[in-house]
Amino acid sequence: MSGELVRLLSDLKEPEALAFVEKALGEGVDPLDLLGQSKEAMNIVGQRFASSEYFIPDLVFSGVILKRIVEMLEPHLKKGQEAERLGKVIIGTVAGDIHDIGKDLVVFMLDVNGFEVLDLGIDVPVQKFVDTIKETSTKVVGLSGFLTLAFQSMKDTVDAIKEAGLRDKVRIMIGGGQIDEQVRGFTGADAYGKDAMEAVRLAKGWIGG
Amino acid sequence: MEKKWEEMSSDEKQEAQLQKWLSPKDPEGNDLKFQSPQAEKAFKERATRLKDAIQMKKKPDRVPVFTIYGFYPALYAGFTPQELMYDYDKCLVAHNKYVLDFAPDGHIGAVVPGPGKLFEILDYKLYKWPGHGVSPSVSYQCNEGEYMKADEYDAFIDDPSNFYSNVYLPRIFGALEHLHAFSISDVLEIYGAGFNFIPFGLPPVQAAYKALFEAGAEALKWVGFMVAHATEMAAAGFPAFWDGPAKPPFDMIGDTLRGTKGIMTDMYRQPDKLLQGLEAMTPLVIKMGVAGVKASGVPVVPIVMHKGADGFLSDEQYKKFYWPPFRKVLMGLIDEGIVPFCFAEGGYNSRLKIIRDLPKGKVIWWLDRTDMTKAKEILGDVACIGGNVPPGLLAVGTPQQAKDYAKKLIDTCGKGGGYILGNGTVIEQAKPENLHAMIDTAKEYGVYK
Repeated sequence: MSGELVRLLSDLKEPEALAFVEKALGEGVDPLDLLGQSKEAMNIVGQRFASSEYFIPDLVFSGVILKRIVEMLEPHLKKGQEAERLGKVIIGTVAGDIHDIGKDLVVFMLDVNGFEVLDLGIDVPVQKFVDTIKETSTKVVGLSGFLTLAFQSMKDTVDAIKEAGLRDKVRIMIGGGQIDEQVRGFTGADAYGKDAMEAVRLAKGWIGG
Repeated sequence: MEKKWEEMSSDEKQEAQLQKWLSPKDPEGNDLKFQSPQAEKAFKERATRLKDAIQMKKKPDRVPVFTIYGFYPALYAGFTPQELMYDYDKCLVAHNKYVLDFAPDGHIGAVVPGPGKLFEILDYKLYKWPGHGVSPSVSYQCNEGEYMKADEYDAFIDDPSNFYSNVYLPRIFGALEHLHAFSISDVLEIYGAGFNFIPFGLPPVQAAYKALFEAGAEALKWVGFMVAHATEMAAAGFPAFWDGPAKPPFDMIGDTLRGTKGIMTDMYRQPDKLLQGLEAMTPLVIKMGVAGVKASGVPVVPIVMHKGADGFLSDEQYKKFYWPPFRKVLMGLIDEGIVPFCFAEGGYNSRLKIIRDLPKGKVIWWLDRTDMTKAKEILGDVACIGGNVPPGLLAVGTPQQAKDYAKKLIDTCGKGGGYILGNGTVIEQAKPENLHAMIDTAKEYGVYK
């Protein structure tokens, strides 16, 4: 269902995209169709980011436009019209670290790619990850961290998941400024991703979709 | 007769600045008394080694080694980051111990932790720091936000100092909420001058000034320890290699004025205002760097770079928003004989060809996760490069791995000089034996024949 909104949003034309949505709603276009077009556009944004045609500002700004479109569509959508989700992913910045830009990009890209994301926020205590896995039976956990101190926090989190007897129930990915294969080995995580699209690829590989 | 400063070329100014650095003074302005003739010799050797690497006129005697650290000296000395911010004596002890034990060719001073009490007096809102929003055992971290609003570019551009004093400072320091400062629009001729003093009589404004006085007293107390560190280390033979920071204008606006999301949105919604804002910021940053060097006598200015890294901006965006004002800052510092130490956190692979465009031997590119072979290839004939030993390796690897990594860097980047060995980004955690292995490799393996 490729349409004008797909082009406008994926090309980051904010005023034009918003004007289009306003006009379409006025003309009685199905808001679900507009939501579908927005998702298709965000997929294109993700692909362009993965192929280095788009960069972080483009990703951030696409999120800004999307948020405004969704705000315009919401009053017109009936409850329960949300599409099926691929699966749940828990994401959080590990204990001691309050950086959120990288984490938020990962949350955003997972969300627009159809995952239900449980965003635990920043400086997340080890036990909160463990409890959330237990409560939600989530199969994928993403640990974010920008500082080098996050290495130890990530390891502590993975260890706690292991001690709680949950290690074989979840796949754990880590990411952030200084994460590399050596750090992944140290923390005991299953994989690391260098950017938000890799987090999507990893989650898709583990959950399917 | 000696040439006047204004008549000197940037080459001559740089040489003069570095010569001054090679002959350190004590806090009273007299020639520094070294601990021993050996310490004096070691100081000159270390400083000359770094100078030769920067200027690229000749190969140093060996590859110099330099490390950048955050709160690692606390961990290493058995203190917490919180203790280093509140107990200045411990801050001094920890930093002295770090420099003396690891013996790098230059050190970064002891200013990184900063005076915790001063931040409390002012109710500093830009950061969470150990024991004040984050655990006592971790580093401080920035509270991102839009401290300058999207519609305030004009106010900033029209009168940056006024914007800082009367709008920005009251937002980032709770105790200065009612700060009021004079601005150029205030009438100070006799007719009307009286009116402009009215704000200073109001209790909330007076409270802001009282907080400033207290903060000033605390700053004086703290700086004594900073000077003591620099003086004691110099006397022991270790030159300070960093002082008076500057920043790329894009990061000035993006980090602590508009925030990451703010500046990235401005690139689309109001690119011209952003460009004007960057231009207005440029001379202020140059002044910041020059003032720091004048105060310390250390002509190497650290410039920590954030939002220009690979992935953060497209090439086109980098060339439009990031590089032109940044290059002006670099040239402004270079014209004063100052050596910008450009610390590129993250990867800088896509920028190497762009940043090549600077005069030879004037700047250091300190690279974190950049391909160093490529960096040497592209920048090697114009600029000194360094860095790249991964903090992950230093934190969780083995000494042999650290040594092998350092050797590989010396082999690829050390050729012909213009290279300083060191860690890629700030060390917060490391195994001491790994750090020793890296540093000793420069000393043993890095000797130029």
